[in-house]
Amino acid sequence: MHPALSVIFFTVTAGAGYGVLFLLGLARLTRLTPEASPDQVTAMALVGLLLVTVGLLSSTLHLANPRNAWRSFTRFKTSWLSREAVFAVLFYPVCLIWLLFEWFTGNTVATNVSGVLTSMLAIVVLVCTAMIYASLKTIRQWHTALTPFNFVLLGLLLGALILNLMLAQQGLTSDALEVVSLVLLLLAGMVKIIYFYWIGQPAGPTINTALGFTRATVRLLDVGHSSDTFHTKEFGYQVERIRLIWLRAISVGLAFVIPLLIVTGLFGPVNLPTMLLAVGSAYAGVLVERWLFFAEARHVVNLYHGAQRT
Amino acid sequence: MKLGLVIDLDTCVGCHACAVACKQWNTSGTTGPLTDYDPYGREPSGVWFNRIRNFEVDEYPNSKTINTPMSCMHCDDAACVTVCPTGASYKREEDGIVLVDQSKCMGCNLCAWACPYGARELDEDQGVMKKCTLCVDRIYDENLPKDERQPVCVLTCPTHARFFGDFDDPDSQVSSLVRERGGYAMMPELGYKPVNKYLPPRQRPASPMMEKREGGEKESLIGKWMKRQKDAFNSLGKGTH
Repeated sequence: MHPALSVIFFTVTAGAGYGVLFLLGLARLTRLTPEASPDQVTAMALVGLLLVTVGLLSSTLHLANPRNAWRSFTRFKTSWLSREAVFAVLFYPVCLIWLLFEWFTGNTVATNVSGVLTSMLAIVVLVCTAMIYASLKTIRQWHTALTPFNFVLLGLLLGALILNLMLAQQGLTSDALEVVSLVLLLLAGMVKIIYFYWIGQPAGPTINTALGFTRATVRLLDVGHSSDTFHTKEFGYQVERIRLIWLRAISVGLAFVIPLLIVTGLFGPVNLPTMLLAVGSAYAGVLVERWLFFAEARHVVNLYHGAQRT
Repeated sequence: MKLGLVIDLDTCVGCHACAVACKQWNTSGTTGPLTDYDPYGREPSGVWFNRIRNFEVDEYPNSKTINTPMSCMHCDDAACVTVCPTGASYKREEDGIVLVDQSKCMGCNLCAWACPYGARELDEDQGVMKKCTLCVDRIYDENLPKDERQPVCVLTCPTHARFFGDFDDPDSQVSSLVRERGGYAMMPELGYKPVNKYLPPRQRPASPMMEKREGGEKESLIGKWMKRQKDAFNSLGKGTH
């Protein structure tokens, strides 16, 4: 699949924002950030909301006809993209109500209830985004339960690291959040590596089932078009095998290994500069991961263009 | 009613006439234009509803060339319709034709991602998705003579490899062709229940292979003449006059 930069930036950045807001929404209940004042929680949540907003705005860039984007709220019953749009918009009032409670009343029941609601909605939006890809039977690399796990875990991971960074910036520390970050780093890294093995297994339609000639070899003689088509541009994108392997290593290294070394304190005490490095590294790593998520996906239309399997 | 096409892979010669006729009719039809990019330039490209590819099945000397015209299969369980967030993609209750309401499409490409058959193409100029309409603006047009109320690809096919009809009617031509010739769907394992069916090549004895015989046979006059021409050609430039 053609890796569209606007969609990559959107899923990573908004995912990080939802991760921040998920953790902050539960922070009072789970005592993740015990010392943070209501002002500080609100300020950090606004950063999360900014990430979400920038991401969502960038997502409209890949639309060929954004004038009709408002119509995407209308097919909630069947379309994951429509569900994502509805929940992404519904998220704003819920999140703002929680922030008003947090700012004006501090740690109260109303704050906690609206905070939990915000957290739940953040996860729902992340799952909806992932299901847009996971629901496509035409792309076996996406049509797996690992896809929503990846999206949610990576969103939460970036959120946890950014939250750590913001706490460090305000001179606060939270051991609980560091543990959460560690768990997320290990879990997200594991799921991603399982995913790389998973998509390496041959599966799905072949050129034989695509054409219905299953008892003999089939090969393409002529593709029938003389230059690029919509399908070759959208689905024909392919990366050299050796480059893929390098990029996988780079994404795992940047997204999981370097932040893991920093958070466990191997690079010295966890403070503002080291956390800045961890967040930058993880963000870059997840961007590469998301790029790979698209670049490694092989649409079945390629079978009609001569690919033997997906 | 369940309208669709049957395509005979036995008789299709891969001439692209259906694709050209489709382009000609539909570019000025209800979903037109079928925009071209750089039509007179080095890399002409554009929107087509029907594309023909040529494949070779099995290995020489048992191989056979198969020409596969592919357009929208008007699937019974059309994923392109369910993934559409705006409601622009829809399947008509009355005849099962899958269409795009271009005034609602936001050009997100998700339906093209969901379609395994490459039936949908984005018009980059207009920013909306376009696809085969099964010539919905022909087949119900009462101003046309009755036998012309068919998709233009079917009408134009010079080898009569394309058939149009109602798959819900067991006595229709398409239904009986599928029944009698073992018509099948492409990539059925994805479960979208494509309506269009393909007829496999008929079984025929393999054509006898010509073999060179050693002497014996009398050579025909034309054979002798051709041999002389060949020898003369081969000796050209070798200095033996």
